[in-house]
Amino acid sequence: MELLIQAGIALAKILIVITVMLLTVSYLVYFERKISAWIQNRRGPNRVGWYGALQPFADVFKLLLKEDIVPSNANKFIHSLAPFITLFVSFATYAVIPFGPDIKLFGRTIQLALADVNIGVLYVLALTSLGVYGLTFAGWSSGSKYSLLGGIRSSAQMISYEVSMGFSIAGVILLSESLRPMAIVESQYGFMWNALIQPIGFITIVVSAFAETNRLPFDLPEAEPELVGGYHTEYSSMKFAGFFLAEYANMIIASAMIVTLYLGGWQFPYIDKFGLSMGLTAGIQVLSFLLKMALVLFFFIWVRWSIPRFRYDQLMNLGWKVMFPLSLLNLIWVAALIMIFNI
Amino acid sequence: MNIYDIVFYLFAAITLASAFVVVTARNIIYSAFSLLFTFFGIAGLYVLLGADFIAVVQLMVYVGGILVLILFGVMLTNKITSVQIKTGTLQVIPAILGTALMAGVLIKIFTGTNWHSQMAQYPTKTTAYALGHILLTDYVLIFELLGILLLIALIGAATIARKEEKAS
Repeated sequence: MELLIQAGIALAKILIVITVMLLTVSYLVYFERKISAWIQNRRGPNRVGWYGALQPFADVFKLLLKEDIVPSNANKFIHSLAPFITLFVSFATYAVIPFGPDIKLFGRTIQLALADVNIGVLYVLALTSLGVYGLTFAGWSSGSKYSLLGGIRSSAQMISYEVSMGFSIAGVILLSESLRPMAIVESQYGFMWNALIQPIGFITIVVSAFAETNRLPFDLPEAEPELVGGYHTEYSSMKFAGFFLAEYANMIIASAMIVTLYLGGWQFPYIDKFGLSMGLTAGIQVLSFLLKMALVLFFFIWVRWSIPRFRYDQLMNLGWKVMFPLSLLNLIWVAALIMIFNI
Repeated sequence: MNIYDIVFYLFAAITLASAFVVVTARNIIYSAFSLLFTFFGIAGLYVLLGADFIAVVQLMVYVGGILVLILFGVMLTNKITSVQIKTGTLQVIPAILGTALMAGVLIKIFTGTNWHSQMAQYPTKTTAYALGHILLTDYVLIFELLGILLLIALIGAATIARKEEKAS
Protein backbone atom coordinates (compact mmCIF):
# COMPACT_ATOMS: atom_id res chain seq x y z
CA MET A 1 0.00 0.00 0.00
CA GLU A 2 2.77 2.41 0.99
CA LEU A 3 4.59 1.54 -2.23
CA LEU A 4 1.42 2.19 -4.24
CA ILE A 5 0.93 5.62 -2.65
CA GLN A 6 4.54 6.55 -3.34
CA ALA A 7 4.24 5.40 -6.94
CA GLY A 8 1.02 7.38 -7.25
CA ILE A 9 2.68 10.55 -5.97
CA ALA A 10 5.62 10.07 -8.33
CA LEU A 11 3.27 9.48 -11.26
CA ALA A 12 1.21 12.55 -10.40
CA LYS A 13 4.35 14.68 -10.25
CA ILE A 14 5.55 13.34 -13.61
CA LEU A 15 2.17 14.00 -15.21
CA ILE A 16 2.00 17.54 -13.86
CA VAL A 17 5.56 18.36 -14.92
CA ILE A 18 5.16 16.92 -18.43
CA THR A 19 1.83 18.67 -18.97
CA VAL A 20 3.16 21.98 -17.75
CA MET A 21 6.24 21.57 -19.89
CA LEU A 22 4.35 20.73 -23.07
CA LEU A 23 2.00 23.65 -22.55
CA THR A 24 4.92 25.97 -21.80
CA VAL A 25 6.72 24.80 -24.91
CA SER A 26 3.76 25.50 -27.17
CA TYR A 27 3.13 28.88 -25.60
CA LEU A 28 6.82 29.72 -25.67
CA VAL A 29 6.59 29.51 -29.47
CA TYR A 30 3.59 31.82 -29.35
CA PHE A 31 5.38 34.28 -27.05
CA GLU A 32 8.50 34.13 -29.18
CA ARG A 33 6.44 35.21 -32.17
CA LYS A 34 4.58 37.85 -30.18
CA ILE A 35 7.73 39.32 -28.62
CA SER A 36 9.58 39.28 -31.93
CA ALA A 37 6.65 41.09 -33.51
CA TRP A 38 6.69 43.62 -30.70
CA ILE A 39 10.45 44.18 -31.11
CA GLN A 40 10.09 44.58 -34.87
CA ASN A 41 7.00 46.76 -34.58
CA ARG A 42 4.61 44.19 -36.13
CA ARG A 43 1.43 42.61 -34.83
CA GLY A 44 2.38 38.94 -34.75
CA PRO A 45 -0.16 36.09 -34.82
CA ASN A 46 -3.61 37.54 -34.10
CA ARG A 47 -6.12 35.51 -36.14
CA VAL A 48 -6.70 32.24 -34.26
CA GLY A 49 -8.43 32.85 -30.95
CA TRP A 50 -8.10 35.84 -28.68
CA TYR A 51 -5.03 37.79 -29.88
CA GLY A 52 -3.88 34.60 -31.60
CA ALA A 53 -3.88 32.63 -28.35
CA LEU A 54 -4.87 29.38 -30.11
CA GLN A 55 -2.11 29.70 -32.70
CA PRO A 56 0.13 26.98 -31.11
CA PHE A 57 -2.66 24.39 -31.46
CA ALA A 58 -3.31 25.39 -35.06
CA ASP A 59 0.40 24.93 -35.75
CA VAL A 60 0.45 21.48 -34.15
CA PHE A 61 -2.53 20.31 -36.20
CA LYS A 62 -0.96 21.68 -39.36
CA LEU A 63 2.25 19.75 -38.68
CA LEU A 64 0.36 16.56 -37.77
CA LEU A 65 -1.61 16.62 -41.01
CA LYS A 66 1.40 17.16 -43.26
CA GLU A 67 2.95 14.34 -45.25
CA ASP A 68 5.99 12.73 -43.69
CA ILE A 69 8.72 12.64 -46.34
CA VAL A 70 11.85 10.54 -45.92
CA PRO A 71 14.54 11.13 -48.57
CA SER A 72 15.24 8.07 -50.73
CA ASN A 73 18.93 7.91 -49.84
CA ALA A 74 18.36 8.42 -46.14
CA ASN A 75 19.07 5.77 -43.55
CA LYS A 76 15.43 5.14 -42.62
CA PHE A 77 15.90 3.68 -39.14
CA ILE A 78 18.31 6.33 -37.86
CA HIS A 79 16.40 9.07 -39.64
CA SER A 80 13.32 8.22 -37.56
CA LEU A 81 15.32 7.56 -34.40
CA ALA A 82 17.05 10.95 -34.26
CA PRO A 83 14.07 13.16 -33.28
CA PHE A 84 13.16 10.70 -30.54
CA ILE A 85 16.65 10.82 -29.06
CA THR A 86 16.52 14.61 -29.05
CA LEU A 87 13.10 14.65 -27.39
CA PHE A 88 14.05 11.97 -24.86
CA VAL A 89 17.10 13.92 -23.76
CA SER A 90 15.15 17.17 -23.43
CA PHE A 91 12.42 15.66 -21.30
CA ALA A 92 14.59 13.34 -19.19
CA THR A 93 16.74 16.25 -18.07
CA TYR A 94 13.84 17.85 -16.28
CA ALA A 95 13.69 14.99 -13.76
CA VAL A 96 16.26 16.45 -11.38
CA ILE A 97 15.31 20.13 -11.37
CA PRO A 98 13.69 21.20 -8.09
CA PHE A 99 10.82 23.65 -8.49
CA GLY A 100 9.89 24.16 -4.85
CA PRO A 101 10.70 23.28 -1.24
CA ASP A 102 9.45 20.17 0.58
CA ILE A 103 5.75 20.50 1.34
CA LYS A 104 3.59 18.63 3.81
CA LEU A 105 0.34 17.28 2.39
CA PHE A 106 -1.99 14.87 4.23
CA GLY A 107 0.73 14.11 6.78
CA ARG A 108 3.46 13.18 4.35
CA THR A 109 6.39 15.17 3.06
CA ILE A 110 6.47 15.66 -0.68
CA GLN A 111 9.50 16.95 -2.47
CA LEU A 112 8.79 19.34 -5.28
CA ALA A 113 11.25 17.74 -7.67
CA LEU A 114 10.73 14.55 -9.67
CA ALA A 115 13.90 12.94 -8.31
CA ASP A 116 16.19 14.27 -5.62
CA VAL A 117 19.37 12.63 -6.88
CA ASN A 118 22.71 12.97 -5.15
CA ILE A 119 24.52 13.55 -8.42
CA GLY A 120 21.76 15.54 -10.10
CA VAL A 121 24.07 18.16 -11.61
CA LEU A 122 26.26 15.51 -13.22
CA TYR A 123 23.12 13.78 -14.51
CA VAL A 124 22.17 16.95 -16.36
CA LEU A 125 25.67 17.26 -17.83
CA ALA A 126 25.64 13.61 -18.93
CA LEU A 127 22.26 13.99 -20.64
CA THR A 128 23.38 17.21 -22.33
CA SER A 129 26.28 15.33 -23.86
CA LEU A 130 23.76 12.75 -25.13
CA GLY A 131 21.88 15.55 -26.87
CA VAL A 132 24.69 15.73 -29.41
CA TYR A 133 23.62 12.34 -30.77
CA GLY A 134 20.16 13.43 -31.84
CA LEU A 135 21.58 16.22 -33.98
CA THR A 136 24.51 14.20 -35.35
CA PHE A 137 22.29 11.23 -36.25
CA ALA A 138 19.75 13.54 -37.89
CA GLY A 139 22.46 15.24 -39.91
CA TRP A 140 24.17 12.07 -41.03
CA SER A 141 21.15 9.89 -41.74
CA SER A 142 19.42 12.43 -44.00
CA GLY A 143 21.91 11.73 -46.77
CA SER A 144 22.23 15.41 -47.63
CA LYS A 145 25.34 17.56 -47.43
CA TYR A 146 23.51 20.46 -45.81
CA SER A 147 22.19 18.23 -43.07
CA LEU A 148 25.57 16.61 -42.51
CA LEU A 149 27.35 19.96 -42.27
CA GLY A 150 24.69 21.29 -39.92
CA GLY A 151 24.87 18.21 -37.73
CA ILE A 152 28.65 18.30 -37.51
CA ARG A 153 28.70 22.00 -36.81
CA SER A 154 26.21 21.62 -34.02
CA SER A 155 28.08 18.75 -32.38
CA ALA A 156 31.38 20.62 -32.53
CA GLN A 157 29.69 23.67 -31.07
CA MET A 158 28.01 21.72 -28.29
CA ILE A 159 31.18 19.85 -27.33
CA SER A 160 33.16 23.10 -27.21
CA TYR A 161 30.71 24.95 -25.04
CA GLU A 162 30.11 21.98 -22.75
CA VAL A 163 33.63 22.57 -21.41
CA SER A 164 33.01 26.13 -20.24
CA MET A 165 29.55 25.17 -19.02
CA GLY A 166 31.04 22.34 -16.94
CA PHE A 167 33.59 24.67 -15.40
CA SER A 168 31.06 27.35 -14.54
CA ILE A 169 28.93 24.66 -12.87
CA ALA A 170 32.04 23.46 -11.00
CA GLY A 171 32.24 26.87 -9.29
CA VAL A 172 28.71 26.42 -7.96
CA ILE A 173 29.45 22.89 -6.77
CA LEU A 174 32.57 24.10 -4.97
CA LEU A 175 30.57 26.68 -3.07
CA SER A 176 27.59 24.49 -2.15
CA GLU A 177 29.71 21.37 -1.48
CA SER A 178 27.06 19.17 -3.06
CA LEU A 179 26.02 17.77 -6.42
CA ARG A 180 22.36 17.71 -5.32
CA PRO A 181 20.29 20.42 -7.03
CA MET A 182 18.11 20.71 -3.89
CA ALA A 183 21.19 21.38 -1.70
CA ILE A 184 22.54 23.88 -4.22
CA VAL A 185 19.27 25.81 -4.06
CA GLU A 186 19.24 25.69 -0.27
CA SER A 187 22.81 27.01 -0.13
CA GLN A 188 21.68 30.20 -1.88
CA TYR A 189 19.59 31.43 1.03
CA GLY A 190 18.60 35.10 1.14
CA PHE A 191 20.65 37.08 -1.31
CA MET A 192 23.53 34.57 -1.41
CA TRP A 193 22.69 33.97 -5.06
CA ASN A 194 25.56 32.57 -7.05
CA ALA A 195 24.98 35.17 -9.77
CA LEU A 196 25.97 37.84 -7.24
CA ILE A 197 28.85 35.91 -5.67
CA GLN A 198 30.42 34.68 -8.91
CA PRO A 199 29.30 37.02 -11.70
CA ILE A 200 31.90 35.74 -14.18
CA GLY A 201 30.52 32.23 -13.86
CA PHE A 202 27.02 33.58 -14.43
CA ILE A 203 28.10 35.23 -17.68
CA THR A 204 29.87 32.12 -18.95
CA ILE A 205 26.96 29.82 -18.13
CA VAL A 206 24.44 32.09 -19.86
CA VAL A 207 26.58 32.31 -23.00
CA SER A 208 27.18 28.53 -22.94
CA ALA A 209 23.46 27.93 -22.52
CA PHE A 210 22.80 29.95 -25.67
CA ALA A 211 25.34 27.83 -27.54
CA GLU A 212 24.05 24.54 -26.11
CA THR A 213 20.46 25.28 -27.09
CA ASN A 214 21.55 26.41 -30.58
CA ARG A 215 19.83 29.74 -30.18
CA LEU A 216 20.78 32.94 -31.93
CA PRO A 217 23.48 34.43 -31.83
CA PHE A 218 24.84 30.87 -31.95
CA ASP A 219 22.28 29.13 -34.18
CA LEU A 220 24.87 28.12 -36.78
CA PRO A 221 23.60 24.52 -37.08
CA GLU A 222 20.59 25.88 -38.93
CA ALA A 223 22.07 29.02 -40.49
CA GLU A 224 19.58 29.57 -43.34
CA PRO A 225 21.82 31.48 -45.79
CA GLU A 226 24.52 28.79 -45.92
CA LEU A 227 22.93 25.55 -44.77
CA VAL A 228 19.24 25.84 -45.73
CA GLY A 229 17.80 24.32 -42.53
CA GLY A 230 20.85 22.61 -41.11
CA TYR A 231 20.39 19.19 -39.56
CA HIS A 232 16.61 19.23 -40.00
CA THR A 233 16.60 20.21 -43.69
CA GLU A 234 15.25 16.78 -44.68
CA TYR A 235 12.67 16.49 -41.92
CA SER A 236 8.99 17.17 -42.34
CA SER A 237 5.69 16.74 -40.56
CA MET A 238 5.78 15.52 -36.97
CA LYS A 239 9.45 14.60 -37.03
CA PHE A 240 10.32 18.21 -37.75
CA ALA A 241 7.91 19.21 -35.00
CA GLY A 242 9.89 16.91 -32.69
CA PHE A 243 13.07 18.90 -33.27
CA PHE A 244 11.15 22.14 -32.97
CA LEU A 245 9.62 21.00 -29.69
CA ALA A 246 12.99 19.83 -28.39
CA GLU A 247 14.59 23.19 -29.13
CA TYR A 248 12.05 24.99 -26.99
CA ALA A 249 12.12 22.29 -24.31
CA ASN A 250 15.90 22.73 -24.20
CA MET A 251 15.41 26.45 -23.72
CA ILE A 252 13.15 25.76 -20.75
CA ILE A 253 15.69 23.37 -19.26
CA ALA A 254 18.57 25.79 -19.81
CA SER A 255 16.65 28.57 -18.09
CA ALA A 256 15.63 26.24 -15.25
CA MET A 257 19.27 25.22 -14.79
CA ILE A 258 20.45 28.82 -14.78
CA VAL A 259 17.80 29.70 -12.19
CA THR A 260 18.61 26.65 -10.05
CA LEU A 261 22.38 27.06 -10.13
CA TYR A 262 22.81 30.82 -10.20
CA LEU A 263 19.60 32.66 -9.36
CA GLY A 264 18.63 30.97 -6.12
CA GLY A 265 16.22 28.39 -7.57
CA TRP A 266 12.87 28.56 -5.79
CA GLN A 267 14.25 30.78 -3.00
CA PHE A 268 12.45 34.05 -2.38
CA PRO A 269 14.82 36.23 -0.31
CA TYR A 270 14.03 35.97 3.43
CA ILE A 271 10.46 34.73 2.93
CA ASP A 272 10.56 32.70 6.15
CA LYS A 273 11.01 35.96 8.10
CA PHE A 274 7.65 37.30 6.88
CA GLY A 275 5.69 35.00 9.18
CA LEU A 276 3.43 33.58 6.45
CA SER A 277 1.75 30.18 6.67
CA MET A 278 3.51 27.08 5.40
CA GLY A 279 1.37 26.62 2.29
CA LEU A 280 1.54 30.27 1.28
CA THR A 281 5.32 30.30 1.64
CA ALA A 282 5.67 27.21 -0.54
CA GLY A 283 3.28 28.71 -3.09
CA ILE A 284 5.24 31.95 -3.29
CA GLN A 285 8.47 29.99 -3.64
CA VAL A 286 7.14 27.91 -6.54
CA LEU A 287 5.80 31.08 -8.14
CA SER A 288 9.13 32.85 -7.73
CA PHE A 289 10.83 29.91 -9.45
CA LEU A 290 8.42 30.16 -12.37
CA LEU A 291 8.79 33.95 -12.51
CA LYS A 292 12.59 33.74 -12.59
CA MET A 293 12.36 31.14 -15.34
CA ALA A 294 10.00 33.32 -17.33
CA LEU A 295 12.39 36.26 -17.04
CA VAL A 296 15.34 34.17 -18.25
CA LEU A 297 13.21 32.86 -21.13
CA PHE A 298 12.24 36.41 -22.05
CA PHE A 299 15.95 37.27 -22.06
CA PHE A 300 16.58 34.36 -24.44
CA ILE A 301 13.96 35.64 -26.88
CA TRP A 302 15.03 39.25 -26.48
CA VAL A 303 18.62 38.39 -27.39
CA ARG A 304 17.49 36.36 -30.40
CA TRP A 305 15.73 39.31 -31.97
CA SER A 306 18.42 41.87 -31.12
CA ILE A 307 21.81 40.36 -31.98
CA PRO A 308 23.00 39.10 -35.39
CA ARG A 309 24.51 35.65 -35.90
CA PHE A 310 28.19 34.95 -35.20
CA ARG A 311 30.49 33.59 -37.87
CA TYR A 312 31.67 30.04 -37.24
CA ASP A 313 35.32 30.89 -36.49
CA GLN A 314 34.17 33.71 -34.23
CA LEU A 315 31.98 31.25 -32.38
CA MET A 316 34.84 28.82 -31.83
CA ASN A 317 37.23 31.61 -30.83
CA LEU A 318 34.72 32.93 -28.35
CA GLY A 319 34.18 29.48 -26.92
CA TRP A 320 37.79 28.40 -26.50
CA LYS A 321 39.70 31.67 -26.12
CA VAL A 322 37.26 33.77 -24.12
CA MET A 323 34.62 31.68 -22.36
CA PHE A 324 36.88 28.79 -21.35
CA PRO A 325 39.58 30.97 -19.67
CA LEU A 326 36.84 33.06 -18.05
CA SER A 327 35.21 29.98 -16.56
CA LEU A 328 38.60 28.84 -15.21
CA LEU A 329 39.09 32.31 -13.74
CA ASN A 330 35.70 31.96 -12.06
CA LEU A 331 36.78 28.64 -10.52
CA ILE A 332 39.91 30.29 -9.06
CA TRP A 333 37.79 33.21 -7.81
CA VAL A 334 35.43 30.85 -5.97
CA ALA A 335 38.34 28.87 -4.51
CA ALA A 336 39.94 32.12 -3.29
CA LEU A 337 36.63 33.22 -1.74
CA ILE A 338 36.37 29.95 0.12
CA MET A 339 39.99 30.21 1.32
CA ILE A 340 39.66 33.81 2.51
CA PHE A 341 36.17 33.92 3.98
CA ASN A 342 35.84 30.27 4.96
CA ILE A 343 32.31 30.05 3.55
CA MET B 1 14.54 -14.30 -8.94
CA ASN B 2 13.62 -10.89 -7.64
CA ILE B 3 13.36 -7.52 -9.38
CA TYR B 4 17.04 -6.84 -8.82
CA ASP B 5 18.03 -9.99 -10.74
CA ILE B 6 15.64 -9.24 -13.59
CA VAL B 7 17.01 -5.73 -14.02
CA PHE B 8 20.55 -7.04 -13.82
CA TYR B 9 19.95 -9.61 -16.56
CA LEU B 10 18.19 -6.99 -18.68
CA PHE B 11 21.19 -4.66 -18.60
CA ALA B 12 23.59 -7.57 -19.06
CA ALA B 13 21.61 -8.70 -22.12
CA ILE B 14 21.64 -5.18 -23.60
CA THR B 15 25.39 -4.92 -23.08
CA LEU B 16 26.21 -8.33 -24.50
CA ALA B 17 23.85 -8.15 -27.47
CA SER B 18 25.01 -4.71 -28.55
CA ALA B 19 28.67 -5.66 -28.00
CA PHE B 20 28.07 -8.65 -30.28
CA VAL B 21 26.71 -6.33 -32.96
CA VAL B 22 29.75 -4.04 -32.52
CA VAL B 23 32.07 -6.89 -33.40
CA THR B 24 30.04 -8.58 -36.12
CA ALA B 25 28.35 -5.72 -37.98
CA ARG B 26 29.39 -5.44 -41.63
CA ASN B 27 28.79 -1.72 -41.75
CA ILE B 28 31.22 0.11 -39.48
CA ILE B 29 28.68 2.82 -38.74
CA TYR B 30 26.35 0.28 -37.17
CA SER B 31 29.24 -0.87 -34.99
CA ALA B 32 29.67 2.69 -33.76
CA PHE B 33 25.93 3.03 -33.12
CA SER B 34 25.59 -0.16 -31.16
CA LEU B 35 28.61 0.77 -29.08
CA LEU B 36 26.31 3.47 -27.71
CA PHE B 37 24.00 0.80 -26.27
CA THR B 38 26.94 -1.16 -24.88
CA PHE B 39 28.03 1.89 -22.91
CA PHE B 40 24.45 2.42 -21.80
CA GLY B 41 24.16 -1.12 -20.50
CA ILE B 42 27.38 -0.80 -18.57
CA ALA B 43 26.22 2.50 -17.04
CA GLY B 44 23.01 0.72 -16.00
CA LEU B 45 25.02 -2.04 -14.33
CA TYR B 46 27.03 0.56 -12.43
CA VAL B 47 23.83 2.18 -11.15
CA LEU B 48 22.57 -1.22 -10.07
CA LEU B 49 25.75 -1.79 -8.08
CA GLY B 50 25.26 1.51 -6.25
CA ALA B 51 28.03 3.35 -8.10
CA ASP B 52 25.87 6.18 -9.39
CA PHE B 53 28.81 8.57 -9.73
CA ILE B 54 30.80 6.14 -11.86
CA ALA B 55 27.73 5.50 -14.02
CA VAL B 56 27.23 9.17 -14.81
CA VAL B 57 30.93 9.70 -15.44
CA GLN B 58 30.86 6.68 -17.74
CA LEU B 59 28.12 8.35 -19.75
CA MET B 60 29.92 11.70 -19.81
CA VAL B 61 33.33 10.38 -20.80
CA TYR B 62 32.56 7.43 -23.06
CA VAL B 63 29.23 8.37 -24.59
CA GLY B 64 29.65 12.14 -24.53
CA GLY B 65 33.32 12.24 -25.48
CA ILE B 66 34.95 9.18 -26.95
CA LEU B 67 32.03 7.80 -28.94
CA VAL B 68 31.31 11.22 -30.45
CA LEU B 69 34.91 11.31 -31.69
CA ILE B 70 34.55 7.82 -33.18
CA LEU B 71 31.28 8.80 -34.88
CA PHE B 72 32.90 11.93 -36.30
CA GLY B 73 35.65 9.82 -37.78
CA VAL B 74 33.18 7.36 -39.28
CA MET B 75 30.72 9.91 -40.60
CA LEU B 76 33.26 12.25 -42.17
CA THR B 77 34.87 9.37 -44.07
CA ASN B 78 31.60 8.00 -45.42
CA LYS B 79 33.36 6.03 -48.13
CA ILE B 80 34.54 3.77 -45.34
CA THR B 81 31.10 2.14 -45.17
CA SER B 82 31.60 0.28 -48.45
CA VAL B 83 35.18 -0.81 -47.77
CA GLN B 84 35.86 -4.37 -46.62
CA ILE B 85 37.51 -3.95 -43.25
CA LYS B 86 39.13 -7.36 -43.18
CA THR B 87 42.80 -8.06 -43.17
CA GLY B 88 44.15 -10.44 -45.79
CA THR B 89 46.72 -12.10 -43.59
CA LEU B 90 45.37 -14.58 -41.09
CA GLN B 91 47.70 -15.40 -38.19
CA VAL B 92 45.99 -18.53 -36.91
CA ILE B 93 48.48 -19.77 -34.33
CA PRO B 94 49.21 -16.42 -32.57
CA ALA B 95 45.48 -15.69 -32.56
CA ILE B 96 44.68 -19.02 -30.89
CA LEU B 97 47.46 -18.47 -28.36
CA GLY B 98 46.26 -14.98 -27.59
CA THR B 99 42.61 -15.90 -27.18
CA ALA B 100 43.52 -18.98 -25.13
CA LEU B 101 45.58 -16.83 -22.76
CA MET B 102 42.79 -14.27 -22.49
CA ALA B 103 40.18 -16.99 -21.96
CA GLY B 104 42.35 -18.60 -19.28
CA VAL B 105 42.65 -15.34 -17.36
CA LEU B 106 38.92 -14.66 -17.68
CA ILE B 107 37.95 -18.18 -16.56
CA LYS B 108 40.29 -17.91 -13.59
CA ILE B 109 38.67 -14.63 -12.57
CA PHE B 110 35.20 -16.02 -13.24
CA THR B 111 35.66 -19.08 -11.04
CA GLY B 112 37.74 -17.37 -8.38
CA THR B 113 35.33 -14.51 -7.60
CA ASN B 114 32.58 -14.60 -5.05
CA TRP B 115 29.63 -13.67 -7.27
CA HIS B 116 27.14 -13.10 -4.51
CA SER B 117 26.17 -9.59 -5.53
CA GLN B 118 23.13 -7.83 -4.17
CA MET B 119 21.60 -4.42 -3.85
CA ALA B 120 24.51 -2.24 -2.78
CA GLN B 121 24.57 -0.86 0.73
CA TYR B 122 24.33 2.85 0.10
CA PRO B 123 26.93 4.72 2.13
CA THR B 124 25.66 7.29 4.59
CA LYS B 125 27.41 10.04 2.68
CA THR B 126 27.17 10.23 -1.10
CA THR B 127 29.34 8.12 -3.38
CA ALA B 128 30.90 11.27 -4.79
CA TYR B 129 31.99 12.22 -1.26
CA ALA B 130 33.47 8.79 -0.55
CA LEU B 131 35.29 8.70 -3.88
CA GLY B 132 36.69 12.19 -3.50
CA HIS B 133 37.82 11.44 0.04
CA ILE B 134 39.69 8.29 -0.99
CA LEU B 135 41.23 9.96 -4.06
CA LEU B 136 42.66 12.82 -2.03
CA THR B 137 43.92 10.76 0.92
CA ASP B 138 44.89 7.13 0.29
CA TYR B 139 45.38 7.31 -3.47
CA VAL B 140 46.56 10.87 -3.88
CA LEU B 141 49.84 9.86 -5.57
CA ILE B 142 48.06 7.78 -8.22
CA PHE B 143 45.53 10.55 -8.70
CA GLU B 144 48.26 13.14 -9.31
CA LEU B 145 50.20 10.79 -11.60
CA LEU B 146 47.08 10.23 -13.69
CA GLY B 147 46.66 13.98 -13.92
CA ILE B 148 50.22 14.32 -15.22
CA LEU B 149 49.64 11.49 -17.69
CA LEU B 150 46.57 13.24 -19.08
CA LEU B 151 48.51 16.51 -19.30
CA ILE B 152 51.26 14.77 -21.28
CA ALA B 153 48.66 13.34 -23.66
CA LEU B 154 47.13 16.79 -24.07
CA ILE B 155 50.46 18.45 -24.81
CA GLY B 156 51.34 15.64 -27.20
CA ALA B 157 48.09 16.05 -29.11
CA ALA B 158 48.57 19.81 -29.32
CA THR B 159 52.14 19.38 -30.57
CA ILE B 160 51.13 16.95 -33.31
CA ALA B 161 48.31 19.22 -34.44
CA ARG B 162 50.62 22.24 -34.54
CA LYS B 163 53.27 20.49 -36.67
CA GLU B 164 50.72 19.66 -39.35
CA GLU B 165 49.70 23.29 -39.51
CA LYS B 166 53.29 24.44 -40.15
CA ALA B 167 53.83 21.91 -42.95
CA SER B 168 50.81 23.00 -44.95
